[in-house]
Amino acid sequence: MESDELDAVGVLSDPLRRKLYRFVAERGREVGRNEAAEALGIQRTLAAFHLDKLADVGLLETDFRRLGDRTGPGSGRPAKVYRRAGAERLVSLPPRDYRALALMMAEVVDLLGAEEEAERVARRAGERLARVASPADKEGGVAALLAQRGYEPYEEGGRIRLRNCPFRMSAERHPLLVCSMNLALCQGLLAGLGVPEGVAELDPRPGECCVSFSKNNES
Amino acid sequence: MHLAQLNVAHLLAPLDSPQLADFVANLEPVHAISDVAPGFVWRLKGGGQPTDTVKHDYGDDLLINFSVWESRETLWDFVYRSPHLPVLKRRREWFHRVAVPYTVMWWIPEGHIPSLEEGMARLELLRAEGPGPEAFTFKEFYEPDGALAAS
Repeated sequence: MESDELDAVGVLSDPLRRKLYRFVAERGREVGRNEAAEALGIQRTLAAFHLDKLADVGLLETDFRRLGDRTGPGSGRPAKVYRRAGAERLVSLPPRDYRALALMMAEVVDLLGAEEEAERVARRAGERLARVASPADKEGGVAALLAQRGYEPYEEGGRIRLRNCPFRMSAERHPLLVCSMNLALCQGLLAGLGVPEGVAELDPRPGECCVSFSKNNES
Repeated sequence: MHLAQLNVAHLLAPLDSPQLADFVANLEPVHAISDVAPGFVWRLKGGGQPTDTVKHDYGDDLLINFSVWESRETLWDFVYRSPHLPVLKRRREWFHRVAVPYTVMWWIPEGHIPSLEEGMARLELLRAEGPGPEAFTFKEFYEPDGALAAS
């Protein structure tokens, strides 16, 4: 285990920092100190202190931007802004290495040309996720189940989009296979919930998950 | 340096057959996306129509895509992070599965427009010797300085 991985996770042991990290992550864009302080109802200096702690260990990235519409003389100096860093932090005790195994498995699927079987397996896994969900979770619909799985759903233009790809590292190595399996998993999830699975589509964007959902027909 | 990429696909049926109709219907929207994508530099066109495919002497069943991009990231985002992906996902409906590499990349000086012969020679090099700084793939990607990219 790399000690800086532990340092990064250790910084999140402070509940306020955890809230700040979550707030910045959920915005999906750059956030200024004032905005974060107001959202959490804390002093600006306190927010700045904790945001900088999160940036020091690499959980957030920083930049300087002019906030607001004013430009030119009198608009003030640029403000420090924060966004979630893209790097993954994995902490497993005792050490486990599922990513190396996932990459080897993906290569086997490639060699066998077994993409369709892989999609069927993913679909069944999605159905199972829906089946074992508690009634309360099912009540929240597909968005709630996806949120639980770390997809970070949000709404945009009548669609549910997913800010985070839980399979990012394998998707960067085997994009077609992993994105196709992810779509099948989402369709299985919908089928398990009794929602028409056509509402899930491959709809990738840089930096996000490859699947989005139309809100029409959603029960 | 700019990144050149060439990929070939062996058609399961002629382009004007019903089996390829969906693929042909997707040519115009996909080209409309690639041609305005961030980092797009150039692509070899088969003619003035958006549905024209690259003309060549390598066999009637071979479809060729040949383009130049500013970086690995911009090419990646077009191939895998745009509406090109759902079309790519359907490739088995239209093209033969092949056991040899069907896509190749290499670095070129900015402003250089590579010839189709050069591109096909890079693909042959990749097939003969495996990935190297002169002919490589996304999975085994080489930087302009010849270093293998960390993955």
